[in-house]
Amino acid sequence: MNWPYVNEAGALKEEKCDVLVLGGGLAGLHAAIAARRHGAEVTLLEKGNANRSGAAGTGFDHWEMACTNPGCRVTPEEMTLALEEEQDYFSNAIGHYIETREGWDRLLDIEQFGGKIRDTEGEFAGQPFRDEKTGLLYAYDYHNRYTLRVWGTGFKPALVREARRLGVRIQNRIEATTLLTQEENGGRRTTGALGFDTRTGAITIYRAKAVVLAMSRPARVWLFHGDLPGLCEFRPFSSIGSGHAMGWRAGMEFTLMEKSVRGEFSASGRSFPPYGTGNNHNTWYAATLVDARGMEIPYVDRDGRELRTVEERYMPAPGQKFFLKGGVIDEPKYEWRGPETLPFDELIRRGYRLPFYADLGAMPEGERRVIWGMMVGQEAKTRIPIYENYTHRGFDPQKHLLQSYGTGWQSAAFLDQERQLFGAPGGVMHDWNLETNVKHAFAAGDMLYASDCAGHACATGYWAGEHAAEAAERADFGSVDQDLVCREQERLLRPLEVQGGIDWREVNAAAAKAMQNYCGGVKCEDLLIQGLQAIRSLKEESRRIQCRNPHELTRAHEVSDILEVSEMILEACRLRKASCKPLFFERSDNQEARREEENCYLTLRQEEGQVHPGRKPLRFYGDLETNYKAHQRGGGLE
Amino acid sequence: MMKKEYRAEYTPASVNPLRFDPEKCIGCNRCVEACQIDVFLPAGVQGKTPVVVWPGECWYCGACVMECPKPGALELRHPLMNQAAFVDRDSIRKEKMF
Repeated sequence: MNWPYVNEAGALKEEKCDVLVLGGGLAGLHAAIAARRHGAEVTLLEKGNANRSGAAGTGFDHWEMACTNPGCRVTPEEMTLALEEEQDYFSNAIGHYIETREGWDRLLDIEQFGGKIRDTEGEFAGQPFRDEKTGLLYAYDYHNRYTLRVWGTGFKPALVREARRLGVRIQNRIEATTLLTQEENGGRRTTGALGFDTRTGAITIYRAKAVVLAMSRPARVWLFHGDLPGLCEFRPFSSIGSGHAMGWRAGMEFTLMEKSVRGEFSASGRSFPPYGTGNNHNTWYAATLVDARGMEIPYVDRDGRELRTVEERYMPAPGQKFFLKGGVIDEPKYEWRGPETLPFDELIRRGYRLPFYADLGAMPEGERRVIWGMMVGQEAKTRIPIYENYTHRGFDPQKHLLQSYGTGWQSAAFLDQERQLFGAPGGVMHDWNLETNVKHAFAAGDMLYASDCAGHACATGYWAGEHAAEAAERADFGSVDQDLVCREQERLLRPLEVQGGIDWREVNAAAAKAMQNYCGGVKCEDLLIQGLQAIRSLKEESRRIQCRNPHELTRAHEVSDILEVSEMILEACRLRKASCKPLFFERSDNQEARREEENCYLTLRQEEGQVHPGRKPLRFYGDLETNYKAHQRGGGLE
Repeated sequence: MMKKEYRAEYTPASVNPLRFDPEKCIGCNRCVEACQIDVFLPAGVQGKTPVVVWPGECWYCGACVMECPKPGALELRHPLMNQAAFVDRDSIRKEKMF
């Protein structure tokens, strides 16, 4: 069929702004709003459409770690320390401290923009998770009240409206492909980025005084499905870590890229639609579960004490200050372990039978309604795909039990080599301004190392935007590396010229298979080196990818970025010589003697094809409150 | 560089997750604009139903249906392999365990 959009292949345009934001998800929109509020001229590039783009484009249900909300009983310091200790200090304490201090302020902002953050209609009046004075709804730990339940389906459109009202130039369908840099004072600084129009094929040089990278974490690295590629990962199909790839190409410093976990979520053959099976985690916490005969599965506190009521599932154990739950928390240490159902093996020993089911009908009416209806309905990818579809299929939470699959209720059955960057994975190394080693290049949200969740994305996005605006005030536009622009033009458009070539899917599938083979659950030096050779030969093969339009070109660019990221991951794995449990990093050629000296952040960057390793001590960021105060720029409302 | 003419071809997948009801669809293309992946292309004629050109690339977020102004004009469904089962509570026979 004919192409319905304008053909601008070969067109090279130029635009200028003070602050350029790459990515229009929660982090990017917050960066843009903050920079604009500080007076900068802001352009934001979004590969999809900012209205519904990013991991939270169609919603989210929890706003975590909002420690300055009026009901919270945990201080930002206590929460950040708990997260640090929980993750053995491989935690982004700078990001979490900003999140715990300013997340609530961002939520108040969103409310001003038209987002719904409290139960204004009294839909849940009198429920134990509702604060009757403020109308705020809490999740998980009802006593300590650090995580809120919110109506996230409305947040992205509200943020886009506000950004536009402030004069942010949002350019949709522009794929950021390349970070522009120049030498300055013996280091590098950014001077902007290149953008590719995914509908017309035009390339634009965006010259900027400062840049905020607010793109996704990498995906489709180990997991790929040639027939249904959109289903192979949890996050949006088009969010594959282009920010990581362009940063790596430009000499940006990364850390924790050796960390990956056995797949937890996707929607392809190994699992079911997220939040769409019977379970008791996250959105579904703390649903009642029953076994195949309808026997209720007991919840226990951290001391193994069986809980008698549903309400107790939301309370800390006797003598416990608070418990941790949320997107990044899997099996917390004793100090923060909250109520959980008995371990699977124990259940089988006691005679419980598979399959298990979620039994919302056995729960108090308010708890049932808040899980099915509010949480399943507001979480990403649940409004239409789960809530409306299941309702249409006849599911009634009062009448029906929803099945769990596999051993227990995770409803996923991945192999050890089927890995994902999940649970606070690697990303950009940064300072207290969220600035990277490439000066005037800032990072936010999932671009940051060990980052996770919506509140974190919003708070760090805003913080990065404020600092980018400040950097832009004292910077010029710098110069554009014209040679790089020519090389990138050739790279980005080449597949249009290829005759008798191959499909992008073939290369993505080969890359995923190589990563499963050479960088699976257990690593060793020889295999990692072979993996690098395999990825490099696929880079050559990828020159044969053939495309007929800008849509296919975008997919081809993504594959090229996936190969780049795969190379960085393999190099990062080579740098860590000893197995490291907190990073789910295991080596068969484990050099145990090096474990202690490697108990730090191993960093890496690339310069002229060479990998430059580095290291930073675990608590390199110093005292939280002192540094926060020294670097904050007014984003907190205090 | 010489300008190549763009061509698009329907790329089949084993699942068609998105189905239009052409009787209800008003061809406003809001779904086309809502999709992050651009799995749709607008029809060449104004007011006509868009075409799902890349069904395999759908990531089942539902943004297109959320933005659709005509209920029932566009449906999203999960592949059969991903349709979780639910059973009647009363059909589960409660028996003593021990």
